[in-house]
Amino acid sequence: MKFSEEFEARFAEMVTHYPIKRSVLVPTLLYVQDETGFLSDEVIAEIASRLDLTELDVRNVISYYSMLTTKPRGKFNVQVCTNISCMVRGGEDILDHCKKKLGIGNKGTTPDGLFSLEEVECIGACSWAPAAQVNYDFHENLTAEKIDRVLDEYKNKGTQ
Amino acid sequence: MTKSLNDSVCMAFLVSHPDEVRVVSRRFGQGATNLERYLELDGYKAVRKALSMEPDAIITEVKNSGLRGRGGAGFSTGMKWSFVPKQSAKPKYVLCNGDESEPGTCKDRLIFEHDPHSVIEGVMIAGLAVGARSGYIYIRGEYRYLSVIMQKAIRDAYAKGFLGRNIFGSGRDFDIYWHGGAGAYEVGEESALMESLEGKRGIPRIRPPFPAVVGLWGGPTVINNAETLASVPPIILGGADWYAKIGTPKNGGTRLFCLSGNLAKPGVYELPMGYNLKQMIYDVGGGIPNGRNLKAVVPGGSSTPCLTADEIDVAMDFDSVAKAGSMLGSGGVVVIDDAQCMVKFALRTMKFYQHESCGWCIPCREGTDWLKKTLIRFHAGGGLKKDIDNVQYLSENMLGRTFCPLGDAAAMPTIAFVQKFRREFEDHLEGRPCPFEKEGAVEQLPVFAD
Amino acid sequence: MPDVTLTVDGKKVTAPAGTLLIEACKSVGIEVPSFCYYPNFSLQGACRMCLVKIEKMPKLQTACTTVISEGMAVTSDSAEVKQARKGMLELLLGNHPLDCPVCDAGGECELQDMTFSYGAAESKFMEAKNHRDEQQWSPVVYFDRPRCILCYRCVRVCGEGMDVWALGVQNRGVTSIIAPNKGDHLECEECGMCIDICPVGALTSGAYRYKTRPWEMKHVGTICTHCGDGCKTTLGARRSQTGLEIVRGDNRDKSGTNGDFLCIKGRYGFDFAGSEERLKQPLIRKNGRLTPSTWEEAFELVGKKFTEIRDKDGGASIGVIGSTRTTNEEAYLLSKFARTVLKTNNIDHHRTADFPALAAALRGKPEATVSMADVFTAPAILLIGNDPTEQHPLLAWQIRNNVRLHRAKLYVINSGPIKLRRQATSFTQIAPRAEGKLASFLAGDDAASDALSGSGTNNDKEAWIGLRAQLRSEQNLVIIFGSEIRGRAITSLVKFGSSIGGAKFIALADYSNSRGAADMGLYPDLLPGYHPVPISSSPFRDEWGDIPHDVGLDLPGMVEAARASKLKALHVVGSNPIGRLNIDPFVFSKSFVVVQEMFLTETAVIADVVLPADNAYEKSGTITNTCGDVQLLKKAGDISELKSDFEMMVRIADAMGHDIHKLVPFGGGERADVGFSRGAQSGEADRHAVWLEMQGLEPKLSPFDPIAILDEIQRLVPGYDVSRANLVAGNSQHTSLSKAGPSTQQNPELIIPANDNLFTSGTLGRYSRALKSVLESHEIKPAEVAAD
Ligand SMILES: Cc1cc2nc3c(=O)[nH]c(=O)nc-3n(C[C@H](O)[C@H](O)[C@H](O)COP(=O)(O)O)c2cc1C
Ligand code: SF4
Ligand code: FES
Repeated sequence: MKFSEEFEARFAEMVTHYPIKRSVLVPTLLYVQDETGFLSDEVIAEIASRLDLTELDVRNVISYYSMLTTKPRGKFNVQVCTNISCMVRGGEDILDHCKKKLGIGNKGTTPDGLFSLEEVECIGACSWAPAAQVNYDFHENLTAEKIDRVLDEYKNKGTQ
Repeated sequence: MTKSLNDSVCMAFLVSHPDEVRVVSRRFGQGATNLERYLELDGYKAVRKALSMEPDAIITEVKNSGLRGRGGAGFSTGMKWSFVPKQSAKPKYVLCNGDESEPGTCKDRLIFEHDPHSVIEGVMIAGLAVGARSGYIYIRGEYRYLSVIMQKAIRDAYAKGFLGRNIFGSGRDFDIYWHGGAGAYEVGEESALMESLEGKRGIPRIRPPFPAVVGLWGGPTVINNAETLASVPPIILGGADWYAKIGTPKNGGTRLFCLSGNLAKPGVYELPMGYNLKQMIYDVGGGIPNGRNLKAVVPGGSSTPCLTADEIDVAMDFDSVAKAGSMLGSGGVVVIDDAQCMVKFALRTMKFYQHESCGWCIPCREGTDWLKKTLIRFHAGGGLKKDIDNVQYLSENMLGRTFCPLGDAAAMPTIAFVQKFRREFEDHLEGRPCPFEKEGAVEQLPVFAD
Repeated sequence: MPDVTLTVDGKKVTAPAGTLLIEACKSVGIEVPSFCYYPNFSLQGACRMCLVKIEKMPKLQTACTTVISEGMAVTSDSAEVKQARKGMLELLLGNHPLDCPVCDAGGECELQDMTFSYGAAESKFMEAKNHRDEQQWSPVVYFDRPRCILCYRCVRVCGEGMDVWALGVQNRGVTSIIAPNKGDHLECEECGMCIDICPVGALTSGAYRYKTRPWEMKHVGTICTHCGDGCKTTLGARRSQTGLEIVRGDNRDKSGTNGDFLCIKGRYGFDFAGSEERLKQPLIRKNGRLTPSTWEEAFELVGKKFTEIRDKDGGASIGVIGSTRTTNEEAYLLSKFARTVLKTNNIDHHRTADFPALAAALRGKPEATVSMADVFTAPAILLIGNDPTEQHPLLAWQIRNNVRLHRAKLYVINSGPIKLRRQATSFTQIAPRAEGKLASFLAGDDAASDALSGSGTNNDKEAWIGLRAQLRSEQNLVIIFGSEIRGRAITSLVKFGSSIGGAKFIALADYSNSRGAADMGLYPDLLPGYHPVPISSSPFRDEWGDIPHDVGLDLPGMVEAARASKLKALHVVGSNPIGRLNIDPFVFSKSFVVVQEMFLTETAVIADVVLPADNAYEKSGTITNTCGDVQLLKKAGDISELKSDFEMMVRIADAMGHDIHKLVPFGGGERADVGFSRGAQSGEADRHAVWLEMQGLEPKLSPFDPIAILDEIQRLVPGYDVSRANLVAGNSQHTSLSKAGPSTQQNPELIIPANDNLFTSGTLGRYSRALKSVLESHEIKPAEVAAD
């Protein structure tokens, strides 16, 4: 299993931060996933062996965290918050709008593999609600027009 | 996938109000992520001062300042530090809780974004106070851009010799590491956070022993919220008396209040402890827009029981809000106007806890699921009269009986919703779908026979 | 530890400091309900069933995680506490399928029991339950997810108890599930302990699923017949056309030395008993072919032929091969039968450990052996050779959990990286076949160290000397050794042990009653109790009368005699020497061969007469495990056409015209039932009968009653004078070798290890469908699957 040099350098440094190796697991899984898109069996086996864990151990951990996934997602993961602060400011309308615009449901992925959509819990943007994250980017004070613009921008970027 | 389209998209908007007292937020918008700039703005002065103090003196100072945990429970920070044993066979640690996931809360984000070094400084001072030699700053996975900022800040501090060996030439060593989560609210709970940091599922630990005695990797550990830690350097520099006087008795200093919901001017405002809630809503937050009226306020993040419109004349400090039957919590003030359905609000709150329950204990795992299911049916008009009592009965069966406070966090607000808005629950009965929704917006469920 | 006194529901409770509240309550009969709490495993505090009120605490507290403290005032029966329990059950039942009528655990389910106690039967929920289909995780383990209440017992028994870690918890919240290590299936040691420990019917046994209901079975706690460790297994038997069919094996009894433990063989390996291939009728060779016959015909023939040969060619022309799986009474009887009826000392068995050498070395050394139970509490253990994980699963469990719970020091010296090294304080790899030298080295022969480090090991002489010094400093060291150590090496090892004070020994033999076979004298030169032939100097002279004076032939000797046409008859009881010991079947072509067997084994097919036998699950008696712990075997299954080996020997003796009163001292004891077993006094009579049995005084009315021989064994075999009452109560009783006869040196070559692994069990194992299916599903060796 080959990962990028950037990842390897980060991993090599991060393991030294802890008295016990497995401690590096959670952030490592997220960084790997950023590169590979999802955590495949192969990735799991590799990480398990690096950290002297069983694959079961690693799977137990992956399945706990909502950002980690063992299934492929779209290139841009649109995560719309509908939690209370966003909800009272129309977060659900934003989600519905995205569903219509992308033509997919919650946890769906567009056929071109560009977008997937996810309804998420509070992302820490309550004072700027309604909000969404596309991958790690925050988009706040959303309106239907604004999310349209945002999605178009990603689409351009993704198809360039 | 990591790269942002452009960096600016992540920046949260800053607001201001004349009543604000800027202690934690004093460097917001000043470019203090840059270490040089931070130093110009009194950066790392507090830790230098702390280096010349006896550990007990630091703890006393923090105790006297009246600083109470900003993570939610409001426990005296100085007191917490004093629980750490002086002698320990295992290394001691300081842990900064930057998991910020409580719905309605978005303040730690601003600290990391605008003033990361203040957190580093806070962690260092806590370390000096309890005799720890290393600290971890745990930031939730969704805050990737903040992790980038924080990692750079740590690197810069090392480069200057502020961290690592012989800090500030004092002969003492101190290390700080960044650590990231991957999406789990429960991991914000202190013992679950330690599990997560140790590379495990975020399942809380049995207490006692408490983290101050047995924490990370079995070593004594101080865990504090990011805002709590960022409040420490000003206290060391300005003195306990100065800080204490800003707030109310036993509630020293300021708080970053995250005003959200149906407000004209939502935002994160730093206000003195004990600031009046009504004023906070109508003056600071600009009142309820669109000609609507206030229906309810969730005063301290989604796990705190709501206050009705006529219960808001309350001083926002831990003790006063508790007296009013709720909790100051994590500082997330969610304002709800009269266009909102409280059943739906209760449902959305429960949906969150159902999703975030770690599943370890029966009452929380099963209770949140049944409450969510029942509320979905209810909201869709499939409710029966007995369900109202049932929701309350179920919540009461969870309350105080779960393994960690998440179960309480789900039960407490629900009980309040039922008690304070029973009328709205009754309006949903017997096949009547939500009166607040546009027709056809909710799929109507069949009514079960009683 | 000092005692702490508290009150529970007003009752005063005193318990050692550090005791958990839930245990303290139990000690005075106050049952605090729990699902997730399980003694000796890590605390979970997850099920919240054990909530109690503790004075001065605002919230209810979990009794399973609370350590008692002085003056604590606890309430466990208030309305608040009862409501908490009821509420918890209501929540659990909300998603529970309530398919009790078809659930294997129905009637034995802790959730059912608690619902019965706390009344949560009325459902508060009307939403659909979350459903998932049942999954098969291995040939023997099924998982029914909706029934799972997430108590995490299975996860802990598998990880903490077994060190296998094949089960995990995945997802979170209400979607949390127990997950097997290989996605949709398990790869593990297949011990099935997860099934026993599951409080509900979420984990069920592939061997038992949907077969019957618990109350339709007779449950018999008896001793497993597979390896030499002597676990108690609870067999569930149900009426069948031919008698009683065993349909389930598990460990619900938990009264054995094995406590919670049971391995795959003890749990599922009973099914050889119900194999289609069981012999059901005696067979006599007619015109070269084995042909069914009647029992009368068979005994008459055997009696006639044995008598003829003995009287014409002399007893020395008859050979006898005994069993390592029959009872002590049968082994003893065989030894006596051979010598007093057949008049031959040509008797042997498949030896897998050198007990005669151990007996000789320990003679006169009291308290130099330990029981299986003691292994769990020993402060330090030295394990030389063997791989207990594979060959002595209970022993491995005892060692592992002793280390985990009591921090015992474990020293492992082995030629391979056995799994127990993971628990070891020190693991030292030794060159293959150098274990004998190791014994000399430990006893002080420094020169022997040169031979210890072969290729592949990297210990220098210094390391060995350091290890020896460390071992010498251990008080009360338990030394456990495999068949690698035999003959003089045992003498050396005992010499070493004697020099360090308090050392105790366990020799590992492979079959369920290998130890009994040795103790009961299935040797050509040793009588029961390691008394050498001739009989003149042993306590047997008065009771057995005259027997041949000369030492008999051992197994290879018999083979040689047969080859030279000097072995006219061979009597094989419960053994398969041709299949297991590589003996050329044709050497016996001129001998009259009688085989008592369950199956048509490689040995049975060459017989002239095959007598179908009961197995250990179909009879009573005692057996002795490899440590020397005697336990009572209880009859569970029954096939009415068959006879026990015991009865067959008696009947052959009878057919030979022998006075069977001389063979079996039956008819003694107290009066028989004098008629008050019915009617108003019947209870009295029952109690009287139990008392008689406890005292060993019950009437032995039949010559086939093995207890009659047990009387003789207890009288004559040193060490076997254990408490009868304890035996009958189902407890194991340790026998000591210190008073054994002087014993003799044996040819070490005669020890041939069985080399069984977790999933095999000599000839028996081949007839177990469950073991075979598991073997087939495992391509890799079980001990390798767990995480390092
Ligand atoms: C379910 C749950 C989630 C929590 N999440 C957070 C969090 O995201 N951030 C935080 O600082 N504290 C959180 N807490 C509180 C912490 O457990 C802990 O009390 C706090 O970090 C202590 O810091 P403080 O004393 O500075 O408040 C949470 C508690 C619970 C029960
Ligand atoms: S209350 Fe129980 S299930 Fe809920 S998060 Fe805490 S431990 Fe997990
Ligand atoms: S509620 Fe949506 S970001 Fe907090």
